[in-house]
Order: sequence, then structure tokens, then C-alpha cells
Amino acid sequence: MSLLNNPLKSILIASIIAVPATALAETAEEKGLRIAKEAKASDLGWQDMQAQMNMILRNKQGQESVREIRMKSLEVDGDGDKSLSVFDKPRDVKGTAFLSFSHPIGADDQWLYLPALKRVKRIASRNKSGPFMGSEFAYEDLSSFEVEKYTYKYLQDEACEGGNCYVIEQYPVDKNSGYTRRVVWIDEGEYRPWKIEFYDRKNSALKTLTYHGYKEYEGKHWRPDLMKMVNHQTGKSTDLTWNSYRFKTGLTDGDFNKNTLKRAR
Amino acid sequence: MKLKRLSCAAILAGLTALPAGAETFYEMSGKVSADLRYFTQDAQFPNQDYDTNLSFAAEPEFYWEWNDGTDSVTFTPFLRVDENDNERTHGDIRELSWIHVGDEWEVKVGLSKVFWGVTEFQHLVDVINQTDGVEDFDGEDKLGQQMINLSLVRDWGIVDIFLLPGFRERTFAGEDGRLRAGLIVDTDNAQYESDAGEKHLDAAIRWSHTLGDFDMGLYWFHGTNRDPILQPQMISGNTVLVPYYEQMDQIGFDLQATIDSWLWKFETIHRDSSSDKYWAAQAGFEYTFYGIQESAADLGVLLEYGWDERGEDADAAIQNDLFMGARLALNDAESTEVLAGISHDLDYDSQSLIVEASRRFGENWNISVDGRFFTADDTADLSYNIKQDDHLQLTVERYF
Repeated sequence: MSLLNNPLKSILIASIIAVPATALAETAEEKGLRIAKEAKASDLGWQDMQAQMNMILRNKQGQESVREIRMKSLEVDGDGDKSLSVFDKPRDVKGTAFLSFSHPIGADDQWLYLPALKRVKRIASRNKSGPFMGSEFAYEDLSSFEVEKYTYKYLQDEACEGGNCYVIEQYPVDKNSGYTRRVVWIDEGEYRPWKIEFYDRKNSALKTLTYHGYKEYEGKHWRPDLMKMVNHQTGKSTDLTWNSYRFKTGLTDGDFNKNTLKRAR
Repeated sequence: MKLKRLSCAAILAGLTALPAGAETFYEMSGKVSADLRYFTQDAQFPNQDYDTNLSFAAEPEFYWEWNDGTDSVTFTPFLRVDENDNERTHGDIRELSWIHVGDEWEVKVGLSKVFWGVTEFQHLVDVINQTDGVEDFDGEDKLGQQMINLSLVRDWGIVDIFLLPGFRERTFAGEDGRLRAGLIVDTDNAQYESDAGEKHLDAAIRWSHTLGDFDMGLYWFHGTNRDPILQPQMISGNTVLVPYYEQMDQIGFDLQATIDSWLWKFETIHRDSSSDKYWAAQAGFEYTFYGIQESAADLGVLLEYGWDERGEDADAAIQNDLFMGARLALNDAESTEVLAGISHDLDYDSQSLIVEASRRFGENWNISVDGRFFTADDTADLSYNIKQDDHLQLTVERYF
């Protein structure tokens, strides 16, 4: 332990602490990553959540189709969330249930329960870019936000519906993603996303998602009542509405296994 | 019989435990369907001289839930009315069961259905429920089975213990039905190896678990063999097939590896009965091409092989058979899907082709068109019986 070593150490520590607080030579990539980490950290501690999710699918002619799904999810320390979804509508898939253990990196573990056959089927989770139940939401649009899923680049500050927003470009790490990049507007006060623009594999504008009717739950968890996804290439759109959000209902690991999947209904 | 009564009493106890008032959740859902079959060839056997067959079915489901979902009762009666076949006109209780959920355990009492296995073209390890053979020739439809099922969730897997008081006989097409053998199966005179007959108490225990990319299950079953031996007999002047149900011990194992876009599947059984002792297996893979041609559509290709140690002596239709299939899902709002499968018997050189297309119309309707085509020219081949039963089927389903 030399005398020289200690001051050096404290300088190092000081600089590590100081970086997030100041804009000291922070690159656009570092700033994007920092904001993503802060956004994730600001929503930690929700423990578990139950909600009702309804979708209205609209085609170019304005014909509508309805989806109704009940969802339970569990926050997992140091890993992605666990979730259990049960389909109520359309009626031909009523009782179909979906169990997912998501992971920040690598494939998620997913099982589907088919009530007519009473069969639990492990399914490949490779299909991130596919449409969720025929809607304009891809599976990857509905999975939980994990910092490791993207690399980042801060673009600029801009006024948005939530006040002042950071505009950040996100580049999916997973090669199976359907996007080259997403441009996200996150408000500076509460780190809520207000708008996401999606660019397809050819880097053409594909979809725009907007968030509406944010409400605060348990003093810190902001959730939207409505998410509108518009596909610019097909003219189709999907409105996703959320009802009956409930947090900290006491769900545990034991509520997310193949047995609970079979009787989820 | 005692246990059957016990299970009924348990359901009644469950029902009477229903609290009065708003805490009980009740829901009714279900479906009605109509199917029209058009047979493209003249029939092979007497009493089958029709080209079209119309049939209606109803399957409502009644569901009650109370004590915050820790108790529930499901009742699913089923009824089919068939234009030509009196045996296909039949009813069943698919489900009448009470489930009580505890901490890391649950118990189910009543009539219910259980599915085991991973492969698509044959369900070798699936042993709890009897096949409702008149519904379709693919063996996917099952009769409700009386059971007491205790399920334990542990870190090292899920253990299911089954007591199965009583046995359901397989249903077979009647003399006016198509898709049957030349001789009629006389289901009124079924015989049993056990003195207890259809009241034999069967039992099973199964362990299942997920380890990373692998899902597996291992079980032991002791009781009445669901597959009867069909013995030709003279009954009131007619030669008929009489089902004889043996006792058996069966070990079964199933495994699926889910790796990237691959599903690798394997099932095997060892069956031990008085007449036979043998191994059988079904194995293969499913690979899915996602977002084909820059669209939202997925194309899955399937390849499976079925093997039975007894070879051509097997009374099973699958003893040395190869299966190929393709599944196209458009992933559109109407869930349009097309499924095609070919099976080829490597011993008898017979084949069958099945094509199924389905789509949702509006919020509550579903329409599917199926085509099934068979070729066989060896009389020893079980599929020789249905070689002239090629048909197209239109099914309209209304969900409520």
C-alpha cells in the first residue's frame, strides 16, 4: 500500500461517480446508455403486476377485430420478467395461455397451452419479429424493456407531450429483431416513453407507436392506458388499451409454471 | 366403483362448498359445429353406400371459480349427431372436475383429460385417456377419464400421481359408418383380462421437468390397456370384432429440445402385457422459417419416424412409418393456416395425405376445409380398410 496509490484510487472513484452527474466529455452513445439505465432503474421494484390488455386491430378498409388478454407478470431480480397471458378473445382461442420467462440476453423460454388438446407445448422464441395475434405489435414490441437488448445513441432534446424529451436511437442487439433501429422519445422527468419510430430491416420507416393516458401506480410506476401502433407501409393499425392495472398483488415464482399455465384460463 | 362414488362425492362436496354471493365467478363458453364430408370414391364395404355425410356437434363449457380461484369446477358435456352412423351419434362428458389449488400442490377430482407428449404425427406416450374413435380417424379426440390427480411442484420438477377408478371403452364406427374395418367392432360385448373389468383401478405416476432448452417427462402406468385386441367372433350369426382389453404396465419417456428455430422431439414406450412385451418410439424434428419472403408468414417443416419393435406383427398402424409435414401460418388477423402431412408406411408401401386449411371469419366463426387421401394395396395393412374412404371435409364452427 504505497502513499501514491491512495490518492490515485480516490481520483478514479471520484471520476466514476462524477461521470453520470456531469456532461463531462460524454459521447452520444454513453449518454444514450446512461438514460436507458436510468429509465430502467426508475421503474424497478414493481414486484408483480396484473392487468387486462385489449387490442383493436384495424385494416386499411377500417374493418376491426378484437383481442382480449389477461396478463400477470413478475419482476425477477437480475433476469428478465416472467409472464403468464390468457386469451379471452377471439373466442376460438379462448383459454389459450402463454407462459414466458424472458432473459435480457439469449432466447426466452416460452410455453403455449392449447385448451382443446389440453396440451402444453414448448415453443421456439426465435420469432421476435412476427406479429402478435395478427396485430401490428410484434412479439418484441411487447416484451419487457431490458438495457442489454439495445445499443444506444443520444440524438437531441425535443419538446414532447410529456414535456421535454430525450430523443434516443436504439439498435437491437438480437440478430432476429425485425428492426435496424428504433427512435424513442423519453421524457426527462419520469423517463416515460411517448413515441417510438420503428425502422425495418432495410432501414425504411415501418411503424410509429404513441403512448397516451399515463397514470402513476404505487407512487413511481407510470403506465399508459393506450398505445397506438400505426404501420405506414400497410396502412393497418392496432390500438392497445390497458385496464385494471394492479401492482404488488403477492404473485410469486409458484404462479408461473406449467401447472398454473394449464389452469390459467 | 367405490372410488368412482368417492370422486362424485368429492365433486359434490366441492360444489356445496360454493359460497353464496358475489365471490363466485361463473362463465359459460363453448362451440357448436357442423361438418360435411364428401367421399370421393365408392365405399368398400356394405352399408356404406353414401357419398356425403352431415354431422353436428355441441360442446359448451360451464365454469365456476371461488375462494379467489383456489377452487374451481369445470363441466364440459359433448354431443354429436351424425346423419348416417348411429355409433358416431354419441355423447360424452369431456370434463366434470373440481380443482383445488394449494401452495405448490393441486388436486383434481372428476372426469378430465390429460395430454402427454411432444410429437405431432403420433401420440405414443399419451396414455391416460381413451380415444374417441368415432370422432375422427386420427385418434386426437379423447373421452373424459375418471381420475384423482395430485400434482406436486418441486424445484426438481412436477410430480403427478393419478388414481384412475374405472375405464372407458374405445368408440368405433358402426355398420353404417365409413373409415372403419370390414368387420364391425361389437362394443356391447367387450371383454377384459381383469376380473374387475371396466371397474379396474388404474394408476400412474409421472415426473416432468424443464432443464434449459430441454423439456422432459417420465412415467409409469399400471392398468387397463387403452388399445384393445380386436378378436373375430361369431355373435348371433354374424362375425364381428370383439374388443379385448388387457392389463398392462407401461413406461414412457418424452423429450423435446428447443434450440433456436429447431424443435427436436423424441417419445418412447415400453409396454408389458400378457400377450406382448415391446418397445416403440416416435422421433423427429420441426424447423420453422420465420417471416418468409419478407412477409409475416411462418413456414414450419416437420419430419418424424415411427417405429414398433413388433414390426409387421404389430396391431398398431404405425410400425415403420415416415411422416413429412408442412405448416404455413400467415399470422394475419384471421389466423389463416394451412397444414399438410404425408405418411408413408415403409413396410407396406401405403400412403396417406392430409391437407387442412382454416381461417377465422368475423369474431366468432371459424371455417376449415380438410382433405384426406389414402392408398394401400396390401390386405395385411391396417390402412387397406380405409383405402376407398378418401374425403373432403368442410367444418363450420361457431364459438360463444
